[in-house]
Formats: sequence, structure tokens, C-alpha cells
Amino acid sequence: MKRHLISAADLSRDEAILIMDTTAELASVAGRPIRKLPTLRGLTVVNCFYEDSTRTRTSFEAAAKRLSADVINFSAKGSSVAKGESLKDTALTLEAMGTDAVIIRHGASGAAHTLARWVSGSVVNAGDGTHEHPTQALLDAFTMRQRLCGGERGQGLDGLRVTIVGDVLHSRVARSNVLLLHTLGAEVTLVAPPTLMPYAVGTWPCKVSYDLDAELRKADVVMMLRVQQERMSAAYFPSVREYRRRYGLDAGRMALLPDHAIVMHPGPMNRGVEIAAEVADSPRSTIVAQVSNGVVVRMAVLYLLLGGAGEGAGA
Amino acid sequence: MCAMRPEPGHESGAADALGAGWKAVLTPEEIRRALSRIAHEILERTHGGEGIVLLGIPTRGVDLARRLAERIGEFEGTQPPYGSLDVTMHRDDLRLRPARALRRTEVPPDGVDGKTVVLVDDVLFSGRTVRAALDALNDLGRPRAVQLAVLVDRGHRELPIRADYVGKNLPTARGEVVRVHLAEIDGEDSVLLGERAA
Repeated sequence: MKRHLISAADLSRDEAILIMDTTAELASVAGRPIRKLPTLRGLTVVNCFYEDSTRTRTSFEAAAKRLSADVINFSAKGSSVAKGESLKDTALTLEAMGTDAVIIRHGASGAAHTLARWVSGSVVNAGDGTHEHPTQALLDAFTMRQRLCGGERGQGLDGLRVTIVGDVLHSRVARSNVLLLHTLGAEVTLVAPPTLMPYAVGTWPCKVSYDLDAELRKADVVMMLRVQQERMSAAYFPSVREYRRRYGLDAGRMALLPDHAIVMHPGPMNRGVEIAAEVADSPRSTIVAQVSNGVVVRMAVLYLLLGGAGEGAGA
Repeated sequence: MCAMRPEPGHESGAADALGAGWKAVLTPEEIRRALSRIAHEILERTHGGEGIVLLGIPTRGVDLARRLAERIGEFEGTQPPYGSLDVTMHRDDLRLRPARALRRTEVPPDGVDGKTVVLVDDVLFSGRTVRAALDALNDLGRPRAVQLAVLVDRGHRELPIRADYVGKNLPTARGEVVRVHLAEIDGEDSVLLGERAA
């Protein structure tokens, strides 16, 4: 493993599979009477969240605590950031306190990359603007392997057909997933309104389509993305109703999927916009499994980044 | 849908990695006899193997635990439950090496509470792996007693730990390397003694 986890593109196939294998072994810890391992005892992990988050922050916190690390939670609200402190000064402050890893979520793309130059510990990107969210991609890939590939050790996702639908333009989850799933051998197709497709999507290692119904018929996995209204400064589609008609997943559309296919959503969901409530609550939906896998994947990432000595791949 | 790729080999690897100067200290026959004797000793010490669980420490301890369980099953008619116990997360030397891949922990469905757990490993050396195993076991439950069975005890303990059942006591120099090969992983049974590569 490298020292930081900034982008899903940093991971080689072997490293990504090592993380998934480690996750599979750590998953058994959740079923034990004592859900704690002593591995990161004495290490300090800072959760540095400049943007709102429920599941990612709590999931990183739970992961670090289950490995016995000390966790400091730091959010922009109620900190000196509200008084105008820059990212660099905050980083230097945290550095001076002695931290072994910084988990950062920030509204600016590239924030985690920049932070990695200023701190000596590991940096884990927990979402930077519309750029990347690598641990989400890892937990999605792990959930796919668990549900569709039998979850054997050493496996990739070769030949798996994954369709990612919705607001790709603003989605760091989509970008990280495309990069990671491609590394693992899956075939990814993006489906979105033309206005919500990124400018240089032609250079991404995936296919692009505007016809959801045709793609659903051949998908093993359909991943619905949230329409990120908070990042939309212009009108990208005429109305929510029209978006739902053309790109929303309702029970009728779900019936087009092959029998084994699963429905994923990184959360938080807009029920009734990109995904109908009956789809979100159906047995095909892996949304709850994604959350519980999220804690374990983040344990695996923290263990592999911090558990050993210095750099070098462990296998 | 999802093609498999073979898992890369790990740890000591197969016989092709061995150079000259390795000498066999246990033959397949001797290993078989040693395991039979240990199986008898376990039965004797635990009054017929009541309430025992065999837990092997990956990698080779797991195969040894399974073999012991099968041997006990042949002798007594009922096979005791067996499983594996990964100790990686409890090791004291984690920070000295790059992060290691985890191995499987599989505890029999009845758990370890109130049972006599026999830990099984291939080589007993510093005792640090066994200490980690005792900690790992602690997180799984509260056994009535814990015992230790090893195929080879090579000495040089760094902790107050001893084995209850030993296949062979093998006096070694600290710089020497003991390698256990088992048919399940390495294609053949043997215990080899050699010099550490310079």
C-alpha cells in the first residue's frame, strides 16, 4: 500500500484485491462478542470534515475505534475554520498535535492531494468536491463481489457489467467507481442526461449511454446516483418530474433487470427522485449492506495504511 | 461472470525456493507418527477429548489441526470440532514490517466458551505468535482451558510459554531456519533445517 489513499486510480489491481480480502476477514469481527482489535492502539486518527456527512464520518470513526485508534473529530462548523483559518494552517495545527492519519472531506476538488504535502501522516480522501471518494468505490466493489461473485479471496470483478445512472457530473462516487471498477476488470456504462455528463467523459475508461431502459436489460449492477441539487448552480434538467421519468428507477424499470441483478445507491437517497421507495426497500437493494460494509472496508484501509511499517506492499 | 485468478503463493513457498544445505529432520512417516502420538496424548490429557476444540494458527497450523481432529476421530469415533485462528491483528511486531494480509479465522459454530481449546501450530520458536493467539482467543470468548500443540519445538523462547504436546524437540541455533512442509500446501510432508540465507 502507498502512504495515502487519495484517488481510486492510485490502487493497482493487486492492492484493491488485498483491501477486499482484508475486508472479508475483518467482516467476521463484527459478529464477535468483542468487536475490537488492538492493532492501531496508540495511534491518532483525525476526522477532518469540511462538508456535511453522516455515514462517511461515523463510518470512519467506527472503523478507527474498532481498531483501537484514538479518534479526534474536527468539523468546519464550530472550529477556527469559521474564523477564517486556511486549510494549511489547520493542517499544521493538526500536525503539531501529532496525528498518524487524517481523514479529510472537503468541498474543493484536490484538497486531499494538497493536504498530503503538508502532513507527515497518512491522508485518506473521504470526498473532495466533485473529484473522488475512493473508500466509497472500495465498499461498492466489495459489496458487488460479496453479492455476485461468491466473495472468494483473490477475486476481481472481471466481466461484471455495472451501470451507473444519474448526476455523474457532480459525483465523486461515480469517478472513483469508474476508475476502480475498471482496474478490477468490470465493464462500466454511465447513463445520464447529456447536461449531467462530465465534459471529458470520453477519456474515462467506460462506455456512455443515454438510454436507461436498454442498459438495464444487460446490467448485473445498477448504481443510482443522487441528484446533487446543492452543487447545481444552473438548471440541468427541466423538472424533477421529467428527470424521474427518464432516469429514475421505479418498480417498472427494476423489472427490466436480469433476475440476479442488484440495485446500489451510495446514499443519501432522494426517495422519489432518482430511486422509488419501493425499489430502495426491495430485496435487490444493497443500500443497507453498503453501509455496514463501509465500516469494514475503512477498517481494512486504515489497517493497511497504518498497521505496518512505512511503505511497501504487504501480501 | 467473475473470473478467478489464482491466489499468489505466500510465506515460505514451495521446495523450489530451497537451496543446498537443507537437511530433513522429520520424514513423512515420522510426522504421521508424531501426530498420532499427539492425538493420543490429547485424548489422555482431556479424558477422552470431551469438550475440546482444535484451533490451528494459519497457515500450516490449520492443516495440522484438521489432521489431529481426523486422527482423534479415527481413535475415538467422534471427531472434535476444529477451526483456524488468525493472530495477525494481535501481533507485537506489526510496526516492524509492512502491513500483512490477514488470514482466515473460523471458529466452530459452538464457539469456545467453556471448551478446552487446543492451539495448534507448526513451529514453536519465540512464543510471540502463541501470545498473540492467546490475546486473539480472549476476544472470541472464555475457554475453560487453553493448551498448545506444536509439531516442532525449536527452543529460544522469549516469553514464558511452553507447549503441552510436542511432535519433536529440535535443538537449533538461533540463526538456523526450520521449515515445515505439508502435503496440503507444499505437495509433501517434511520438516527441514537450514541456515538463514545471508
